[in-house]
Amino acid sequence: MTETDHFVAVRGVIKRFGDNEVLREIDLTVDLHQVVCLIGASGSGKSTLLRCLNLLEPVDEGTIVIDGQAITNGQVDVNVLRRKIGIVFQAFNLFPHMTVMQNITLAPRKARGLSKDEADSAARDLLQRIGLDDKADEFPDRLSGGQQQRVAIARALAMNPTLMLLDEITSALDPQLVGEVLNLVRQLADTGMTMVLATHEMGFAREVADKVCFLDGGVILEEGPPDQIFSSPREERTREFLARIIEAGRLLA
Amino acid sequence: MGKFLHAFFSPLGLRRAVPQVWDGFQTNIKMMVIAEALVLVLALVVAIVRGLPGRSTLPLRAIAVAYTDFFRGTPLILVAYVFALGLPSLQLAVVSHQSLITYGILSLTIVYTAYVTEVYRAGIESVHPSQRMASRSLGLTYAQTMRYVILPQAIRRVVPPLLNDFIGLQKDTAIITVIGVTDALAQAGFYSNDFFSYAGYTLAAVFFVILTIPFARFTDHLIKQREQLERGQLV
Repeated sequence: MTETDHFVAVRGVIKRFGDNEVLREIDLTVDLHQVVCLIGASGSGKSTLLRCLNLLEPVDEGTIVIDGQAITNGQVDVNVLRRKIGIVFQAFNLFPHMTVMQNITLAPRKARGLSKDEADSAARDLLQRIGLDDKADEFPDRLSGGQQQRVAIARALAMNPTLMLLDEITSALDPQLVGEVLNLVRQLADTGMTMVLATHEMGFAREVADKVCFLDGGVILEEGPPDQIFSSPREERTREFLARIIEAGRLLA
Repeated sequence: MGKFLHAFFSPLGLRRAVPQVWDGFQTNIKMMVIAEALVLVLALVVAIVRGLPGRSTLPLRAIAVAYTDFFRGTPLILVAYVFALGLPSLQLAVVSHQSLITYGILSLTIVYTAYVTEVYRAGIESVHPSQRMASRSLGLTYAQTMRYVILPQAIRRVVPPLLNDFIGLQKDTAIITVIGVTDALAQAGFYSNDFFSYAGYTLAAVFFVILTIPFARFTDHLIKQREQLERGQLV
Protein backbone atom coordinates (compact mmCIF):
# COMPACT_ATOMS: atom_id res chain seq x y z
CA MET A 1 0.00 0.00 0.00
CA THR A 2 1.19 3.50 -0.71
CA GLU A 3 1.01 6.42 1.67
CA THR A 4 -2.20 7.83 0.22
CA ASP A 5 -4.09 4.58 0.61
CA HIS A 6 -4.18 5.09 4.32
CA PHE A 7 -6.57 7.61 5.81
CA VAL A 8 -3.97 8.62 8.36
CA ALA A 9 -0.25 8.03 7.81
CA VAL A 10 2.25 9.03 10.48
CA ARG A 11 5.90 8.72 9.48
CA GLY A 12 8.91 9.21 11.72
CA VAL A 13 7.22 11.68 14.02
CA ILE A 14 9.39 13.12 16.76
CA LYS A 15 8.08 15.42 19.46
CA ARG A 16 10.19 17.03 22.14
CA PHE A 17 9.29 19.05 25.19
CA GLY A 18 12.58 20.78 25.88
CA ASP A 19 15.17 18.05 26.21
CA ASN A 20 12.57 15.41 26.79
CA GLU A 21 11.83 13.38 23.65
CA VAL A 22 8.23 12.31 24.16
CA LEU A 23 7.70 10.74 20.74
CA ARG A 24 10.68 9.04 19.13
CA GLU A 25 10.04 8.15 15.50
CA ILE A 26 6.44 7.14 15.54
CA ASP A 27 5.09 5.28 12.49
CA LEU A 28 1.37 4.64 12.41
CA THR A 29 -1.30 4.12 9.80
CA VAL A 30 -5.06 4.24 10.22
CA ASP A 31 -7.43 3.20 7.46
CA LEU A 32 -10.88 4.59 6.82
CA HIS A 33 -13.48 3.12 9.26
CA GLN A 34 -10.73 1.59 11.33
CA VAL A 35 -10.61 1.79 15.12
CA VAL A 36 -7.08 1.96 16.42
CA CYS A 37 -6.37 1.69 20.14
CA LEU A 38 -3.22 3.07 21.70
CA ILE A 39 -2.28 1.34 24.91
CA GLY A 40 0.68 1.82 27.17
CA ALA A 41 1.67 3.19 30.56
CA SER A 42 1.13 6.81 31.54
CA GLY A 43 3.84 8.93 29.97
CA SER A 44 4.37 6.56 27.05
CA GLY A 45 3.26 9.28 24.62
CA LYS A 46 -0.33 8.25 23.80
CA SER A 47 -1.89 11.63 24.53
CA THR A 48 0.89 13.54 22.82
CA LEU A 49 0.50 11.42 19.71
CA LEU A 50 -3.24 12.13 19.61
CA ARG A 51 -2.63 15.85 20.03
CA CYS A 52 -0.12 15.82 17.22
CA LEU A 53 -2.77 14.36 14.91
CA ASN A 54 -4.83 17.57 15.03
CA LEU A 55 -1.83 19.86 15.53
CA LEU A 56 -2.75 20.81 19.08
CA GLU A 57 0.92 19.95 19.48
CA PRO A 58 3.22 20.84 16.59
CA VAL A 59 5.54 17.98 15.67
CA ASP A 60 9.30 18.56 15.58
CA GLU A 61 10.18 16.06 12.87
CA GLY A 62 8.42 13.61 10.59
CA THR A 63 5.25 13.83 8.54
CA ILE A 64 1.57 13.26 9.14
CA VAL A 65 -0.78 12.83 6.19
CA ILE A 66 -4.53 12.84 6.81
CA ASP A 67 -6.99 12.14 4.01
CA GLY A 68 -4.29 12.75 1.41
CA GLN A 69 -3.23 16.08 2.88
CA ALA A 70 0.14 16.60 4.54
CA ILE A 71 -0.58 18.52 7.73
CA THR A 72 2.96 18.85 9.03
CA ASN A 73 4.42 21.11 6.34
CA GLY A 74 3.34 24.32 8.05
CA GLN A 75 1.08 25.24 5.11
CA VAL A 76 -2.14 23.87 6.47
CA ASP A 77 -4.83 26.05 8.09
CA VAL A 78 -5.09 24.44 11.52
CA ASN A 79 -8.61 25.77 12.07
CA VAL A 80 -9.89 24.14 8.89
CA LEU A 81 -8.05 20.91 9.71
CA ARG A 82 -9.43 20.71 13.24
CA ARG A 83 -13.00 21.13 12.06
CA LYS A 84 -12.70 17.69 10.44
CA ILE A 85 -11.00 16.01 13.41
CA GLY A 86 -12.91 15.65 16.63
CA ILE A 87 -11.07 15.17 19.91
CA VAL A 88 -12.46 14.23 23.30
CA PHE A 89 -10.40 14.74 26.43
CA GLN A 90 -10.03 12.85 29.66
CA ALA A 91 -11.30 15.83 31.69
CA PHE A 92 -14.28 16.56 29.34
CA ASN A 93 -13.32 20.26 29.08
CA LEU A 94 -16.87 21.39 28.51
CA PHE A 95 -17.42 25.14 28.65
CA PRO A 96 -18.85 25.69 32.15
CA HIS A 97 -20.53 29.02 31.34
CA MET A 98 -22.61 27.55 28.53
CA THR A 99 -25.57 25.19 28.55
CA VAL A 100 -25.27 21.75 26.98
CA MET A 101 -26.97 23.12 23.88
CA GLN A 102 -24.60 26.09 23.65
CA ASN A 103 -21.59 23.81 24.16
CA ILE A 104 -22.64 21.66 21.23
CA THR A 105 -23.69 24.44 18.86
CA LEU A 106 -20.85 26.93 19.44
CA ALA A 107 -18.41 25.49 16.91
CA PRO A 108 -21.01 24.58 14.25
CA ARG A 109 -22.29 28.15 14.36
CA LYS A 110 -19.03 30.04 14.62
CA ALA A 111 -16.63 27.78 12.74
CA ARG A 112 -18.96 26.19 10.20
CA GLY A 113 -21.28 29.15 9.88
CA LEU A 114 -24.54 27.30 10.50
CA SER A 115 -27.57 29.33 11.52
CA LYS A 116 -28.83 28.97 15.08
CA ASP A 117 -31.83 26.95 13.91
CA GLU A 118 -29.73 24.55 11.83
CA ALA A 119 -27.21 24.07 14.63
CA ASP A 120 -29.90 23.66 17.29
CA SER A 121 -31.77 21.06 15.33
CA ALA A 122 -28.61 19.09 14.60
CA ALA A 123 -27.68 19.31 18.27
CA ARG A 124 -31.08 18.02 19.32
CA ASP A 125 -30.63 15.00 17.07
CA LEU A 126 -27.25 14.35 18.64
CA LEU A 127 -28.62 14.75 22.16
CA GLN A 128 -31.31 12.24 21.36
CA ARG A 129 -28.70 9.85 20.05
CA ILE A 130 -26.70 10.10 23.28
CA GLY A 131 -29.86 9.89 25.37
CA LEU A 132 -29.59 13.34 26.91
CA ASP A 133 -32.29 15.26 25.04
CA ASP A 134 -33.78 16.38 28.35
CA LYS A 135 -30.50 18.02 29.41
CA ALA A 136 -30.21 20.55 26.58
CA ASP A 137 -30.63 23.58 28.84
CA GLU A 138 -28.60 22.34 31.79
CA PHE A 139 -25.15 23.64 32.62
CA PRO A 140 -22.33 21.04 32.59
CA ASP A 141 -21.71 21.23 36.35
CA ARG A 142 -25.17 19.85 36.96
CA LEU A 143 -24.50 16.66 34.99
CA SER A 144 -22.74 13.48 36.09
CA GLY A 145 -19.26 12.78 34.77
CA GLY A 146 -20.59 10.19 32.35
CA GLN A 147 -23.19 12.60 31.05
CA GLN A 148 -20.60 15.35 30.68
CA GLN A 149 -18.36 13.08 28.69
CA ARG A 150 -21.24 12.07 26.41
CA VAL A 151 -21.93 15.76 25.82
CA ALA A 152 -18.25 16.28 25.01
CA ILE A 153 -18.47 13.49 22.44
CA ALA A 154 -21.62 15.06 20.98
CA ARG A 155 -19.86 18.43 20.84
CA ALA A 156 -17.08 16.89 18.77
CA LEU A 157 -19.55 15.00 16.55
CA ALA A 158 -21.50 18.19 15.85
CA MET A 159 -18.71 19.25 13.50
CA ASN A 160 -19.26 16.11 11.39
CA PRO A 161 -15.65 15.00 11.79
CA THR A 162 -14.13 12.34 9.57
CA LEU A 163 -11.77 11.25 12.33
CA MET A 164 -12.31 11.07 16.07
CA LEU A 165 -9.51 11.11 18.63
CA LEU A 166 -10.42 9.91 22.10
CA ASP A 167 -7.90 10.62 24.81
CA GLU A 168 -8.51 8.29 27.78
CA ILE A 169 -12.07 9.46 27.90
CA THR A 170 -13.13 7.13 30.70
CA SER A 171 -10.15 7.60 33.00
CA ALA A 172 -11.73 10.40 35.02
CA LEU A 173 -15.03 8.58 35.51
CA ASP A 174 -16.41 6.57 38.40
CA PRO A 175 -16.43 2.87 37.41
CA GLN A 176 -20.22 2.70 37.19
CA LEU A 177 -20.25 5.57 34.67
CA VAL A 178 -17.67 4.07 32.32
CA GLY A 179 -20.20 1.78 30.64
CA GLU A 180 -22.47 4.49 29.27
CA VAL A 181 -19.55 6.28 27.64
CA LEU A 182 -18.08 3.11 26.16
CA ASN A 183 -21.50 2.18 24.79
CA LEU A 184 -21.55 5.43 22.90
CA VAL A 185 -18.08 4.81 21.50
CA ARG A 186 -19.17 1.32 20.49
CA GLN A 187 -22.12 2.83 18.60
CA LEU A 188 -19.73 5.20 16.85
CA ALA A 189 -17.50 2.31 15.83
CA ASP A 190 -20.55 0.47 14.47
CA THR A 191 -21.43 3.45 12.28
CA GLY A 192 -17.98 3.22 10.72
CA MET A 193 -16.38 6.26 12.36
CA THR A 194 -12.62 6.25 11.98
CA MET A 195 -11.18 6.52 15.47
CA VAL A 196 -7.91 6.58 17.30
CA LEU A 197 -8.26 6.12 21.03
CA ALA A 198 -5.88 6.05 23.91
CA THR A 199 -7.33 3.87 26.61
CA HIS A 200 -6.68 1.86 29.74
CA GLU A 201 -9.86 -0.18 29.20
CA MET A 202 -8.21 -3.27 27.74
CA GLY A 203 -11.41 -5.30 27.55
CA PHE A 204 -12.98 -2.54 25.51
CA ALA A 205 -9.91 -2.18 23.30
CA ARG A 206 -9.99 -5.88 22.60
CA GLU A 207 -13.65 -5.69 21.66
CA VAL A 208 -13.77 -2.64 19.36
CA ALA A 209 -10.23 -2.25 18.01
CA ASP A 210 -9.18 -3.32 14.55
CA LYS A 211 -5.62 -2.65 15.54
CA VAL A 212 -3.89 -2.20 18.88
CA CYS A 213 -0.61 -0.32 19.27
CA PHE A 214 1.50 -0.66 22.37
CA LEU A 215 3.47 2.50 23.09
CA ASP A 216 6.50 2.37 25.31
CA GLY A 217 8.93 5.22 25.89
CA GLY A 218 7.72 7.22 22.91
CA VAL A 219 7.80 4.46 20.28
CA ILE A 220 5.21 1.99 19.06
CA LEU A 221 6.88 -1.14 20.30
CA GLU A 222 4.33 -3.55 18.98
CA GLU A 223 1.16 -3.39 16.94
CA GLY A 224 -1.31 -5.92 15.61
CA PRO A 225 -4.85 -7.23 15.80
CA PRO A 226 -6.20 -7.19 19.37
CA ASP A 227 -6.27 -10.96 19.74
CA GLN A 228 -2.61 -11.22 18.91
CA ILE A 229 -1.54 -8.33 21.16
CA PHE A 230 -3.56 -9.44 24.14
CA SER A 231 -3.13 -13.23 23.76
CA SER A 232 0.35 -13.65 22.38
CA PRO A 233 2.36 -10.44 22.56
CA ARG A 234 5.76 -10.75 20.95
CA GLU A 235 7.60 -8.19 23.02
CA GLU A 236 8.67 -8.72 26.60
CA ARG A 237 7.67 -5.14 27.53
CA THR A 238 4.14 -5.71 26.18
CA ARG A 239 3.83 -8.87 28.24
CA GLU A 240 4.98 -7.01 31.36
CA PHE A 241 2.54 -4.18 30.75
CA LEU A 242 -0.39 -6.53 30.18
CA ALA A 243 0.53 -8.56 33.26
CA ARG A 244 0.37 -5.41 35.37
CA ILE A 245 -2.99 -4.51 33.84
CA ILE A 246 -4.41 -7.98 34.57
CA GLU A 247 -3.17 -7.67 38.13
CA ALA A 248 -5.07 -4.40 38.40
CA GLY A 249 -8.17 -6.21 37.14
CA ARG A 250 -8.77 -4.13 34.05
CA LEU A 251 -8.71 -6.86 31.40
CA LEU A 252 -11.84 -8.59 32.61
CA ALA A 253 -14.26 -5.95 31.35
CA MET B 1 -17.00 66.77 72.22
CA GLY B 2 -19.96 69.09 71.87
CA LYS B 3 -17.88 71.39 69.74
CA PHE B 4 -16.82 68.51 67.50
CA LEU B 5 -20.37 67.28 67.05
CA HIS B 6 -21.53 70.76 66.31
CA ALA B 7 -18.79 71.36 63.73
CA PHE B 8 -19.38 68.13 61.80
CA PHE B 9 -22.90 66.97 62.61
CA SER B 10 -25.04 69.98 63.41
CA PRO B 11 -28.48 69.11 61.97
CA LEU B 12 -28.95 72.59 60.70
CA GLY B 13 -25.49 72.61 59.09
CA LEU B 14 -26.10 69.28 57.39
CA ARG B 15 -29.51 70.25 56.09
CA ARG B 16 -28.34 73.63 54.90
CA ALA B 17 -25.36 72.12 53.05
CA VAL B 18 -27.39 69.64 51.00
CA PRO B 19 -28.14 71.74 47.89
CA GLN B 20 -24.59 73.03 47.55
CA VAL B 21 -22.77 69.73 48.15
CA TRP B 22 -25.26 67.81 46.02
CA ASP B 23 -24.61 70.25 43.22
CA GLY B 24 -20.90 69.43 43.41
CA PHE B 25 -21.50 65.73 43.84
CA GLN B 26 -23.27 65.54 40.51
CA THR B 27 -19.94 66.43 38.96
CA ASN B 28 -18.34 63.50 40.80
CA ILE B 29 -21.06 61.20 39.52
CA LYS B 30 -20.57 62.44 35.99
CA MET B 31 -16.81 61.90 36.14
CA MET B 32 -17.09 58.43 37.65
CA VAL B 33 -19.74 57.18 35.26
CA ILE B 34 -17.88 58.31 32.15
CA ALA B 35 -14.47 57.19 33.44
CA GLU B 36 -15.81 53.78 34.52
CA ALA B 37 -17.42 53.15 31.16
CA LEU B 38 -14.19 54.04 29.39
CA VAL B 39 -12.02 52.02 31.79
CA LEU B 40 -14.23 48.95 31.42
CA VAL B 41 -13.65 48.89 27.66
CA LEU B 42 -10.09 50.23 27.37
CA ALA B 43 -8.67 47.98 30.08
CA LEU B 44 -10.13 44.94 28.34
CA VAL B 45 -8.49 46.02 25.10
CA VAL B 46 -5.10 46.51 26.77
CA ALA B 47 -5.39 43.17 28.59
CA ILE B 48 -6.18 41.37 25.32
CA VAL B 49 -3.25 43.09 23.59
CA ARG B 50 -0.92 42.02 26.41
CA GLY B 51 -1.89 38.39 25.89
CA LEU B 52 -1.65 38.29 22.08
CA PRO B 53 0.25 35.31 20.69
CA GLY B 54 3.06 35.35 18.15
CA ARG B 55 6.31 37.19 17.68
CA SER B 56 4.85 39.84 15.37
CA THR B 57 2.74 41.28 18.18
CA LEU B 58 5.74 41.89 20.42
CA PRO B 59 5.88 45.70 19.87
CA LEU B 60 2.20 46.03 20.74
CA ARG B 61 2.63 43.94 23.85
CA ALA B 62 5.66 46.00 24.86
CA ILE B 63 3.64 49.20 24.59
CA ALA B 64 0.86 47.69 26.68
CA VAL B 65 3.33 46.58 29.37
CA ALA B 66 5.08 49.96 29.44
CA TYR B 67 1.74 51.73 29.72
CA THR B 68 0.49 49.64 32.66
CA ASP B 69 3.82 49.77 34.46
CA PHE B 70 4.05 53.54 34.11
CA PHE B 71 0.53 54.59 35.03
CA ARG B 72 0.11 52.11 37.86
CA GLY B 73 3.14 53.67 39.44
CA THR B 74 2.18 57.33 38.94
CA PRO B 75 0.04 59.12 41.54
CA LEU B 76 -3.34 60.19 40.18
CA ILE B 77 -2.92 63.69 41.58
CA LEU B 78 0.26 64.11 39.54
CA VAL B 79 -1.36 62.83 36.36
CA ALA B 80 -4.27 65.20 36.91
CA TYR B 81 -1.91 68.18 37.27
CA VAL B 82 0.03 67.21 34.17
CA PHE B 83 -3.10 66.97 32.05
CA ALA B 84 -4.92 70.00 33.43
CA LEU B 85 -1.92 72.34 33.44
CA GLY B 86 0.29 70.77 30.82
CA LEU B 87 -2.06 70.09 27.95
CA PRO B 88 -3.58 73.60 27.73
CA SER B 89 -0.10 75.15 27.78
CA LEU B 90 0.84 73.18 24.68
CA GLN B 91 -1.71 75.16 22.65
CA LEU B 92 -2.59 72.22 20.45
CA ALA B 93 -5.72 72.00 18.37
CA VAL B 94 -8.22 69.91 20.31
CA VAL B 95 -6.36 68.55 23.31
CA SER B 96 -5.48 71.95 24.73
CA HIS B 97 -9.02 73.28 24.75
CA GLN B 98 -10.95 70.90 26.96
CA SER B 99 -12.85 71.61 30.14
CA LEU B 100 -11.28 70.82 33.51
CA ILE B 101 -13.80 68.03 33.99
CA THR B 102 -12.63 66.44 30.76
CA TYR B 103 -9.03 66.55 31.92
CA GLY B 104 -10.18 65.03 35.19
CA ILE B 105 -12.00 62.21 33.41
CA LEU B 106 -8.96 61.67 31.21
CA SER B 107 -6.66 61.36 34.26
CA LEU B 108 -8.99 58.95 36.03
CA THR B 109 -9.39 56.86 32.89
CA ILE B 110 -5.70 56.60 32.13
CA VAL B 111 -4.66 55.71 35.67
CA TYR B 112 -7.48 53.28 36.38
CA THR B 113 -7.25 51.57 33.00
CA ALA B 114 -3.72 50.56 34.01
CA TYR B 115 -5.02 48.97 37.24
CA VAL B 116 -8.03 47.29 35.70
CA THR B 117 -5.94 45.87 32.85
CA GLU B 118 -4.11 43.77 35.43
CA VAL B 119 -7.39 42.63 36.92
CA TYR B 120 -8.65 41.46 33.53
CA ARG B 121 -5.32 39.83 32.79
CA ALA B 122 -5.43 37.86 36.03
CA GLY B 123 -8.92 36.73 35.08
CA ILE B 124 -7.85 35.63 31.62
CA GLU B 125 -4.94 33.68 33.03
CA SER B 126 -7.14 32.02 35.62
CA VAL B 127 -9.12 30.19 32.92
CA HIS B 128 -7.59 26.74 32.65
CA PRO B 129 -5.55 26.14 29.46
CA SER B 130 -7.68 23.06 28.75
CA GLN B 131 -10.56 25.40 27.95
CA ARG B 132 -8.52 27.10 25.27
CA MET B 133 -7.38 23.71 23.98
CA ALA B 134 -10.95 22.40 23.82
CA SER B 135 -12.08 25.46 21.92
CA ARG B 136 -9.19 25.44 19.45
CA SER B 137 -9.64 21.71 18.90
CA LEU B 138 -13.14 22.42 17.59
CA GLY B 139 -11.66 24.62 14.86
CA LEU B 140 -12.49 27.94 16.51
CA THR B 141 -9.90 30.64 15.89
CA TYR B 142 -7.84 32.39 18.56
CA ALA B 143 -10.16 35.41 18.42
CA GLN B 144 -13.32 33.29 18.62
CA THR B 145 -11.85 31.35 21.52
CA MET B 146 -11.20 34.58 23.40
CA ARG B 147 -14.58 36.00 22.57
CA TYR B 148 -16.79 33.02 23.36
CA VAL B 149 -14.82 30.82 25.75
CA ILE B 150 -12.09 32.66 27.66
CA LEU B 151 -13.40 36.19 28.21
CA PRO B 152 -16.89 35.28 29.44
CA GLN B 153 -15.35 33.07 32.12
CA ALA B 154 -12.56 35.50 32.92
CA ILE B 155 -14.79 38.55 33.29
CA ARG B 156 -17.21 36.75 35.55
CA ARG B 157 -14.37 35.82 37.85
CA VAL B 158 -13.00 39.34 38.12
CA VAL B 159 -16.26 41.12 38.93
CA PRO B 160 -15.44 41.45 42.66
CA PRO B 161 -11.90 42.89 42.20
CA LEU B 162 -13.22 45.03 39.35
CA LEU B 163 -15.82 46.45 41.68
CA ASN B 164 -13.12 47.12 44.22
CA ASP B 165 -11.19 49.23 41.74
CA PHE B 166 -14.33 51.06 40.72
CA ILE B 167 -15.05 52.01 44.31
CA GLY B 168 -11.49 53.33 44.39
CA LEU B 169 -12.16 55.30 41.24
CA GLN B 170 -15.37 56.73 42.65
CA LYS B 171 -13.57 58.00 45.72
CA ASP B 172 -10.66 59.32 43.68
CA THR B 173 -12.95 61.60 41.71
CA ALA B 174 -12.53 63.82 44.78
CA ILE B 175 -8.84 64.20 43.94
CA ILE B 176 -9.81 65.96 40.73
CA THR B 177 -10.86 68.89 42.90
CA VAL B 178 -7.18 69.95 43.01
CA ILE B 179 -7.22 71.02 39.36
CA GLY B 180 -10.17 73.31 40.01
CA VAL B 181 -13.18 71.14 39.24
CA THR B 182 -16.08 72.19 41.44
CA ASP B 183 -17.04 68.81 42.84
CA ALA B 184 -18.58 67.80 46.15
CA LEU B 185 -15.35 68.32 48.02
CA ALA B 186 -14.86 71.82 46.58
CA GLN B 187 -18.42 72.76 47.42
CA ALA B 188 -17.98 71.43 50.95
CA GLY B 189 -14.93 73.67 51.23
CA PHE B 190 -16.85 76.71 50.03
CA TYR B 191 -19.60 75.86 52.45
CA SER B 192 -17.26 75.63 55.42
CA ASN B 193 -15.74 79.01 54.54
CA ASP B 194 -19.15 80.62 54.28
CA PHE B 195 -20.78 79.12 57.34
CA PHE B 196 -17.85 78.09 59.57
CA SER B 197 -19.22 74.54 59.59
CA TYR B 198 -17.63 71.27 58.52
CA ALA B 199 -21.01 69.64 57.96
CA GLY B 200 -20.44 69.95 54.22
CA TYR B 201 -17.53 67.51 54.43
CA THR B 202 -19.60 65.08 56.48
CA LEU B 203 -22.32 65.28 53.91
CA ALA B 204 -19.92 64.72 51.03
CA ALA B 205 -18.60 61.60 52.82
CA VAL B 206 -22.16 60.34 53.26
CA PHE B 207 -22.84 60.85 49.56
CA PHE B 208 -19.78 58.83 48.58
CA VAL B 209 -20.69 55.99 50.91
CA ILE B 210 -24.31 55.93 49.81
CA LEU B 211 -23.16 55.60 46.23
CA THR B 212 -20.85 52.63 46.75
CA ILE B 213 -22.99 50.43 49.00
CA PRO B 214 -25.83 49.67 46.59
CA PHE B 215 -23.23 49.13 43.89
CA ALA B 216 -21.54 46.45 46.01
CA ARG B 217 -24.82 44.74 46.93
CA PHE B 218 -25.94 44.72 43.30
CA THR B 219 -22.73 42.99 42.23
CA ASP B 220 -23.09 40.40 45.01
CA HIS B 221 -26.57 39.73 43.73
CA LEU B 222 -25.39 39.25 40.15
CA ILE B 223 -22.68 36.81 41.20
CA LYS B 224 -25.05 34.79 43.33
CA GLN B 225 -27.69 34.63 40.64
CA ARG B 226 -25.23 33.29 38.09
CA GLU B 227 -23.85 30.71 40.48
CA GLN B 228 -27.28 29.39 41.24
CA LEU B 229 -28.00 29.04 37.56
CA GLU B 230 -24.84 27.06 36.85
CA ARG B 231 -24.48 25.00 40.00
CA GLY B 232 -28.05 24.39 41.09
CA GLN B 233 -27.55 25.59 44.63
CA LEU B 234 -25.01 27.29 46.83
CA VAL B 235 -22.76 24.93 48.71
